[in-house]
Amino acid sequence: MSDHGAATGTEVRVTGATETTVMTYAEAIRDALTTAMRRDERVFLMGEDVGRYGGAFGVTGDLVDRIGPDRVRDTTISELGIVGAGVGAAVTGMRPIVEIQFSDFTAQAMDQIANQAAKIHFMLGGAMQVPLVIRAPGGSGTGAAAQHSQSLEAWFAHVPGLKVLMPATADDAKGLLLSAIEDPNPVVVIEHKLLYKTPGQVRTGYATTPIGVASVRRRGADLTIVATGVEVSRSLEAAERLAADGIQATVVDPRTLKPLDSETIVREVISTGRVLLVQEAVKTLGFMSEVAAVIAESEAFVHLRAPVARLAGLDIPIPYAPQLERAAVPQVEDIVAAATRLVREW
Amino acid sequence: MDNDDPQQFSVRTDTGAGGEPMTEVRYDRASALDAFTTMWRIRRFEEAVEDLYGRGLMHGTMHLSIGQEAVPTGACRALRPDDYITSTHRGHGHCIAKGADLERMMAELLAKETGYCRGRGGSMHIADTATGNLGANGIVAGGVPIATGAALSSRMRGTDQVTVCFHGDGALGEGAWHEGVILAAMWKLPVIFLCENNLYGMSMSSAKAFPLEQLSDRARGYGIPGVTVDGNDPEAVESVTTDAVARARAGEGPTFIVAQTYRWRGHSKSDKNLYRTRDEIEDWRQRDPIERFEHSILERGLVGRADLDQVRAGVRDELRGAVQRANAAPDASAADLLSGVYAR
Ligand SMILES: Cc1ncc(C[n+]2csc(CCOP(=O)(O)OP(=O)(O)O)c2C)c(N)n1
Ligand SMILES: [Mg+2]
Repeated sequence: MSDHGAATGTEVRVTGATETTVMTYAEAIRDALTTAMRRDERVFLMGEDVGRYGGAFGVTGDLVDRIGPDRVRDTTISELGIVGAGVGAAVTGMRPIVEIQFSDFTAQAMDQIANQAAKIHFMLGGAMQVPLVIRAPGGSGTGAAAQHSQSLEAWFAHVPGLKVLMPATADDAKGLLLSAIEDPNPVVVIEHKLLYKTPGQVRTGYATTPIGVASVRRRGADLTIVATGVEVSRSLEAAERLAADGIQATVVDPRTLKPLDSETIVREVISTGRVLLVQEAVKTLGFMSEVAAVIAESEAFVHLRAPVARLAGLDIPIPYAPQLERAAVPQVEDIVAAATRLVREW
Repeated sequence: MDNDDPQQFSVRTDTGAGGEPMTEVRYDRASALDAFTTMWRIRRFEEAVEDLYGRGLMHGTMHLSIGQEAVPTGACRALRPDDYITSTHRGHGHCIAKGADLERMMAELLAKETGYCRGRGGSMHIADTATGNLGANGIVAGGVPIATGAALSSRMRGTDQVTVCFHGDGALGEGAWHEGVILAAMWKLPVIFLCENNLYGMSMSSAKAFPLEQLSDRARGYGIPGVTVDGNDPEAVESVTTDAVARARAGEGPTFIVAQTYRWRGHSKSDKNLYRTRDEIEDWRQRDPIERFEHSILERGLVGRADLDQVRAGVRDELRGAVQRANAAPDASAADLLSGVYAR
């Protein structure tokens, strides 16, 4: 069938040294889908309007022309059915990828995600594996209001048996997706709608990003910012402004929430003694609450010069009006202000 | 018309199949013995489990299918070993009819390391990949979209495997049933949705819940054939399943089968039977699928009394051995609980 066994999930393989090309985050996802499907005929994609329509956000685009309608499969508007069919296909030898049009709609499919996909391997004593990938765009900033803008990563990270990935760059959108497809477990990949059009250098060919390895995007001595999803680029921009003001920030992107690379986070917190945790999701019981706890439980605790600080979405549904929507989640200026306070006051 | 009179369904009624000739399975001696053995193994396994539970030797809860044995027996006889089934919380019968090992089932229920799920699943989660059993399910209708996916997978892998999705009448109230059937119907997948209408979903009467002349009429709304069959007759169940399997393998898509049957025991251990009458239960006990079948095959001269006694003795010995060996097996170990969450 394929040379599937050739690669492992923890290896970054770069074809042709570090050959890269510029493409958008959405194009990088399409590149990963094309690459994986050409490499392994067990891999297929199904979801609402992923075929001729090209996907609600244009991610699949012309994929149906490249691969054909059998493996780029339009479904009815049936999220629970789609994920369930993915589970059934996964346990019988296929490598399905399902697209949920907006991550909010995973609520419709939660039984198959949390009670079926996540539990089958453990519950059956290891008798079956569920190599299923669930792709779902999350996040606010598109004016789509409360039912189309949530950041739900903590829901999934709370369920043992799921892996949860949040690519923040075009290269990771491709590399993490390829790793997710290789993985023998159900993997939820939360893409960000605002990043789809963002270009970046993307490694060509079959170039995976390992699951469970954080990326240190920038280094500075004064504080460590840990950020996920769209807040990674906002934090990097904030770091530039902070530098102009004489504050040097490290920016860590965990990339994969489950499993979490706590080692890198703890090390980077120790090196600066101050940490600002930034997420778009609502603050209460968000993923950064877990990161704060990980730091508090680690040897980083005694190296802290300031209390752990969280900057997160307000505990409200995402509102419609553009100024309200902006106010609901951390923006660049909010990160600059929070970081400045943390460094100046402590 | 009331849909809980089984006599009414001793004749099949097809909706939408379009005049295809209907198979009439009539057992020969070997098939009669095989079907009898399977039904007897299910009955005696569940009675043994009930006994162990009653004596405080078994943990958890359980859902017994005593009285419904003809459905999985007839349906699985129409399948090949490599065909798939998905099952339910009331799944011991499906598991046994598809060929599972009684000792490993018993070991699972007794929370042993040698059980099908190494004591991680229990009664509601037994799966047996070797016999194509994709698993019982603790979620009502949870197996429905999964069965659709298994059928999609066989189609995409180019095999002609068929999937039978066993589910209860209560599953007809779940959105998962609707979504799973919708997708299977659209793609004409090789899957059979087999509803065991035992007249109740816990306490809710299916006649009250679904005001249809027959539950199988629902198939029309999905553009697939619907068939109602006497679920206490293994030959009748095998007949309709055989036709549905043929349709599925020929690429003609899913079939919805409703098998009319009855569970003798309560829903689970908490059931006080407040929602049904003693008379109703007694009435259905008079239509015991095993006793009825026994009379029928004796009358038709397919088997003699001595043959059936021999089957019963064999099953008794098999079960006795299964319980003994399962009891002697090591208890499920907590040593590697964390390492079992993710596959590597
Ligand atoms: C989603 C869901 N809702 C409720 C339950 C609790 N429950 C378990 S079995 C059952 C009745 C199911 O009835 P039916 O599908 O007819 O199967 P039967 O028990 O009659 O075999 C209920 C309500 C459950 N397990 N899952
Ligand atoms: Mg029922």
